Amino acid sequence: MEKFDTLTGVAAPMPMINVDTDRIIPKQFLTTIKRTGLGRHAFHEMRYEDDGSEKPDFVLNKAAYRDAKILIAGANFGCGSSREHAPWALLDFGIRCVIAPSFADIFFNNCFKNGILPITLPQEQIDSLMAEADRGANAVFTIDLEKEEISTPDGRTVAFQIDPFRRHCLLEGLDDIGLTLEKGPAIDSFEAKRAQQHPWL
Amino acid sequence: MAEARTLFDKIWDLHVVDPGEDGAALIYIDRHLVHEVTSPQAFEGLRIAGRPVRRPDATLAVADHNIPTTDRSAGIADATARLQVETLEANTKAFGVPYIPVDDIRQGIVHIIGPELGFTLPGTTIVCGDSHTSTHGAFGALAFGIGTSEVEHVLATQTLIQQRPKTMRITVDGKAPAGVTAKDIVLSIIGHIGTAGATGHVIEYAGEAIRDLSMEGRMTVCNMSIEAGARAGLIAPDETTFEYLKGRSMAPKGAVWEQAVTFWRTLPSDPGARYDTEITISAETLVPHVTWGTSPQDVLPISGAVPDPAAEADEARREGMARALDYMGLTPGMPLSAVKIDRVFIGSCTNGRIEDLRAAAAVAKGRKVAEGVGAMIVPGSGLVKHQAEEEGLDRIFIEAGFEWREPGCSMCLAMNDDRLAPGERCASTSNRNFEGRQGFRGRTHLVSPAMAAAAAISGHLADVREFQ
Ligand code: SF4
Repeated sequence: MEKFDTLTGVAAPMPMINVDTDRIIPKQFLTTIKRTGLGRHAFHEMRYEDDGSEKPDFVLNKAAYRDAKILIAGANFGCGSSREHAPWALLDFGIRCVIAPSFADIFFNNCFKNGILPITLPQEQIDSLMAEADRGANAVFTIDLEKEEISTPDGRTVAFQIDPFRRHCLLEGLDDIGLTLEKGPAIDSFEAKRAQQHPWL
Repeated sequence: MAEARTLFDKIWDLHVVDPGEDGAALIYIDRHLVHEVTSPQAFEGLRIAGRPVRRPDATLAVADHNIPTTDRSAGIADATARLQVETLEANTKAFGVPYIPVDDIRQGIVHIIGPELGFTLPGTTIVCGDSHTSTHGAFGALAFGIGTSEVEHVLATQTLIQQRPKTMRITVDGKAPAGVTAKDIVLSIIGHIGTAGATGHVIEYAGEAIRDLSMEGRMTVCNMSIEAGARAGLIAPDETTFEYLKGRSMAPKGAVWEQAVTFWRTLPSDPGARYDTEITISAETLVPHVTWGTSPQDVLPISGAVPDPAAEADEARREGMARALDYMGLTPGMPLSAVKIDRVFIGSCTNGRIEDLRAAAAVAKGRKVAEGVGAMIVPGSGLVKHQAEEEGLDRIFIEAGFEWREPGCSMCLAMNDDRLAPGERCASTSNRNFEGRQGFRGRTHLVSPAMAAAAAISGHLADVREFQ
């Protein structure tokens, strides 16, 4: 997993609420057996016409936001299916950070496993960030995970919080599985005890 | 005296391998269900790192999401879907994971076959790379959906790193009136608390109306917990649970069964146990429900009318409603029972079990599907299909003009050929009415199996109570 320390880039405003994972990556692209290549299908139905041409009004099709690295979104972002294809599609598109008033649990978890930083902030702060992001290519934000701070185009700083374990893993680009395997002896003894107590498992 | 604990607390405490620092505990996973869509990248990850599957015996794989529901003897026509199923077969073989082949009678939707085979047991932790894993909570198991990276984590370590969720108890008091099913109970709960109402929580369902439900009904309720934003749903195990499990092929047997039941009886929440949130609903006032919009919380009694966005004070909600009505092709004020439908889908892990098919057959019996309506029954598993055929339900459906299909997820998410055409409107027993869920620009109204059958017969959304 790629480390996440600081990120500087344009933030695209997506003020919709309840952006579900079907919307982020529709099911016709779930038959892939790879993690990569989903970026061009991200937000497919909002992004493309039936004939495959781009819808000019969709935010990520606008010149200013084509290289956006940050999304600022409405409440309950990522609800619905557990598909990790949703963060894979965002990452492949180039999005490394999503800022929203709230996220669905599984999506929120999945982001961390893929080096994407989901930031939760109160609605008023989202509203003001959204207003700054509305300014197109000048909407360059910097996210500093170490300091837990967002610097906005207006030069404001907005503080956020990430739970310490996840922050540590993102900063170091740590592989969860490697970390857990170090606890092998604890898992072994847990299993031995359970086999005795609950022989049906 | 020991502190009063909830069912959730008991299961959680039993599974903590390492409490961890910073609130992230390492918990043990007893059961892992695997399917074709969310596992290829996980197995690939294991292969790259040279890691084996730690507990193949605690893992069970099946293909369900993208397989055809028509004759499968010629294999899967769609090349990418076929590759995904073949990849699952190859991966399970390479890693020694038990796999139920597509032509096996036990094949079916992962959340239907787990319980059916007795793989799902009370007091366990169960995961699957699928959000509707919450279904298994009906057995008093802590069951939740995970992403593919976590699938890989469980395959490699049989554990997961988890933050402890909050708890919510939803008590449904009293008896549900005739015509009101588990689906109506859970739809009305979602309408009440909203799709983010239980975010970060595990819901325990309690109360007389829940206790009165069969295991099938309890599974329907727990299944849709995710549509209320919950991490998982739980129902305390009781005699109904034990009765259902006894004799299932993978359930414990003999003396071990007795030992297991003795333990399972200790699981229900202690009197006085505390929840972070409590909600009480009266079952007596419930009626059959139907969704009108593009979120499961957009739900109303069938006797209601399409709502008017102009009456909504909150701007974001008003815009969301207007967008949903535009997508759904509905006008405010129109009675829901006047909404004409093109298709009917009865199936999915929400409502693809035998009891669901019985309920639909009871309405369909001796009647005909309305002219111009395409109605499809997709049993949740080969065993459900077999039992329905033994009971003659297939005859009832076929005579009424329904299609009788092979088991799978089918038009619940339309990854195979079963999908709505743009603009088509469907009464569906599945769980999500998101835009495009059942096919590009398809329109979904979520209902119970009996209501879906009533809609098929009437040609429009209909109140099943008028059929009894
Ligand atoms: S039936 Fe639908 S909700 Fe259930 S597992 Fe299949 S696709 Fe998911």
